[in-house]
Amino acid sequence: MSINRRQFFRLAGVTAVLGIGGASVLEALTGKGEASSSQTPRFTTDPKGITGKRFGFAIDVGKLKTDEDYQKCFRACNDIHNIPEFGNPKDEVKWIWKDSYEHTFPTVTEDQIMNKELREKQFILLCNHCEQPACVRVCPTQATYKRPDGIVMQDMHRCIGCRFCMAACPFGARSFNYRDPRGKDANGMPFIKKENPQFPTRMIGVVEKCTLCYERLAVGLLPACAEVSNGAIVFGDLGDPNSEVRKVIESSYTIRRKPELGTQPSIYYVIGGRE
Amino acid sequence: MLEKALIGGKRYWLWIGALLVIIGVAMTQYLRQFSYGLGITGLSRDVSWGLYIGQFTFLVGVAASAVMLVIPYYLHDFKKFGKIVILGEFLAVSAVTMCVLFIFVDMGQPMRIMNVVLHPTPNSIMFWDFIVLTGYLILNIVIGWTTLHADKKGVHPPQWVKPLIYLSVPWAVSIHTVTAFLYSGVPGRHFWLTAIMAARFLASAFAGGPALLIILALLVRKLSKFDPGYEPIQALGKIVTYAMFANVFFLGLEIFTAFYSNIPGHMAPIRYLYTGFEGHGKLVSIMWTSSILAVLSLTILVFPALRRNENILVVACVSMFISLWIDKGFGLIVGGFVPNMFEGVTEYWPTAPETMITIGVWAIGFLVLTVLYKVAIAVREEGGYHE
Repeated sequence: MSINRRQFFRLAGVTAVLGIGGASVLEALTGKGEASSSQTPRFTTDPKGITGKRFGFAIDVGKLKTDEDYQKCFRACNDIHNIPEFGNPKDEVKWIWKDSYEHTFPTVTEDQIMNKELREKQFILLCNHCEQPACVRVCPTQATYKRPDGIVMQDMHRCIGCRFCMAACPFGARSFNYRDPRGKDANGMPFIKKENPQFPTRMIGVVEKCTLCYERLAVGLLPACAEVSNGAIVFGDLGDPNSEVRKVIESSYTIRRKPELGTQPSIYYVIGGRE
Repeated sequence: MLEKALIGGKRYWLWIGALLVIIGVAMTQYLRQFSYGLGITGLSRDVSWGLYIGQFTFLVGVAASAVMLVIPYYLHDFKKFGKIVILGEFLAVSAVTMCVLFIFVDMGQPMRIMNVVLHPTPNSIMFWDFIVLTGYLILNIVIGWTTLHADKKGVHPPQWVKPLIYLSVPWAVSIHTVTAFLYSGVPGRHFWLTAIMAARFLASAFAGGPALLIILALLVRKLSKFDPGYEPIQALGKIVTYAMFANVFFLGLEIFTAFYSNIPGHMAPIRYLYTGFEGHGKLVSIMWTSSILAVLSLTILVFPALRRNENILVVACVSMFISLWIDKGFGLIVGGFVPNMFEGVTEYWPTAPETMITIGVWAIGFLVLTVLYKVAIAVREEGGYHE
C-alpha cells in the first residue's frame, strides 16, 4: 500500500479535526452538548451528604465486650467493600482489624507495668486518616491524596503499585493486591465471597485501604463500622468544636498511635474517663 | 560504531547466547508474575519491598561510581584514567538500565508507569528519582558515545560535551542521594530514619562500583588486546580502599547511635539482621558473610604490598562486591521492614521465580554492558584514543 503526498495531507487533516475537535463535533451531531452543559450539571451532591473539615473517630474499646462486637464491625466493612480473602497472611488485604495493646501502641509498651485489663484488651485498627499523612507525601502519582474533609483517599485506578506508601505508612494500614482479588482460589472459590455490586472491586497490583466510607458519607450514612458498633466507634468532624466526637475526646482520656511521628492521626482511642 | 558489537569470536557469541537464554527463561517467569501477581514473590503485607528494590538501590550505587573516574580525569587531569573513563560511563549506562528494569518488575501495575510523568508530583521522592536516573542515563550515553566516537576518529571530543561532563559529576551524587532519601525520609522505619543514609550510600557506591570496575578492567585485559593498564587499576584500588573504610565507619556510627542510646526501635532491626530477633534470624548468616567479606577485603586492601599484586587485589574486589551486594542489595531493605509497624516479625526470603527474574535483569544488564564494552574495546584495539 502506498499513498502520495496529497493523500497523506488529506488524511492528516481529517485525523487532526477528529482528534482535536472530536468531542465537540460529536456533541453537535447528537445535540447533547449544549443541553448537558447549560441545564444539568454533570455531577450533583446529595443534600443528605455528611460534610466536615476533618473526619475522625473516637473508639471506646471499653464498649467492645465480646469478640462478636468486633467481628460485627469488621464484617460490615468487609462485606460492603468487597475485601478479598486470599487465605494466607502474606497476601492479606485488610481495611479494619484488631490487635493487642502492645502491637497497637508499640512505642509505649516496652517493659511497662500497666493496667492488666488494658494490656489484655484488643484494639480496632484502621487507616488513621492523618492530618500530615506520610503516604500522601511519598506517592509519585497522587493516587493517594487528602480530601478537604480530611479523608485520605486512594485512587485504585491511578495507583501504579510501587508500594512506596506501604513503606511510608507508620501504621501498617495499607494492603497490596498481591493476587487478583477478582480471581478464584485453587478450589474454584472466588476470593470475594459475595460481591457487593454497589462498590467497585479492585484489580491486581494496586494498593488499597480504608477510605472512611466516603461513598456512604456522600449519601448521608455513617461509616459502616461506626454504624454497627453500638456507640463504641463515634464518628464525626474533629474540626467542629460542637461535634459529638470532639465532646467525647475532650471529656475523656484518649491516646493515639505513634503521635511522636507527627502524622497527626485522626483516630483517637478512649482509654478512660468517659462516663 | 555499534556495528563493532556484531563482530566477535566464538567465545563472544557463546557468551551473548548464554545471556539471551537466561533472559528468555527469566522472561517466562516474569510473564508468570505478570498474570499471577507479585504474590509469586516472597513479598508480603509486612515486607512489601525486597530483592527487586534492593537490586535497584545497589545498582544506583554502581551507576554513580562512574564519577570516581570522571573526577580524577576531567577535574584533576589525571591522564592515566583517560583510556578507561569510558568503561565507567558504559558501566553506568548498564547499571541504570538495570535500575529502571528492577523498578519495572517490582511494580504492581507496570502498564501505568507513565502515570509518574502524566501526574508529576514534586513532593514525592520517587518522582525526583525518576528524573535524576533518566537524566543520568542520557548524560552517560551521550558523553560516552561522543567521546568514544572522537577517539575513534582520533580527534578531540566536541566542545559542547565538556559542560555535560562537568554536569555529570554532581548528577552522579544526586542519583544516590535522592535514592537514599527514598528511605531516610519516611517516618516510622527506624533502620532507615538516619541522616547518614545518603552519605553511607555514596561511600558504599564508591567502594562497590570501582571494585566492579577493577574486576571488569582485568577481564578486559584478559579477553581482549586492550590493556587498561596497571596504574589506573592501582589508582582505582586506592579509591576503593578509602571508600570502603568510610562505608564501614558509617555503619559503625549507626550501630553506636542505636545501641548507646539504647532506644529499642533503633536496636531492633540491627539485632534482627545480625543476631536474630525474637527467634527470627533468616538473614543472620548472610549478614555475617557480608561482614566477614568486608573485613577480608579491607585487610587485603590496607596493605599496599598485597594490593599491588593484581591476583590478590581481585580477591579483595570480589569479596567487597559480594559484601556490599548483601548489605545494600538485601539487608538494607529487609531491615527496614523487620520488625514491622506493630513491632512484630514477618520474615522475607525471595522465591524461585523472583530470583530468576532478578538474574534475568542482571543478564540484560550484562548484555548491554557486553555490547557497549565490545564497541569501546574495538575502538581501543584499533588504537583509537586521543588525549
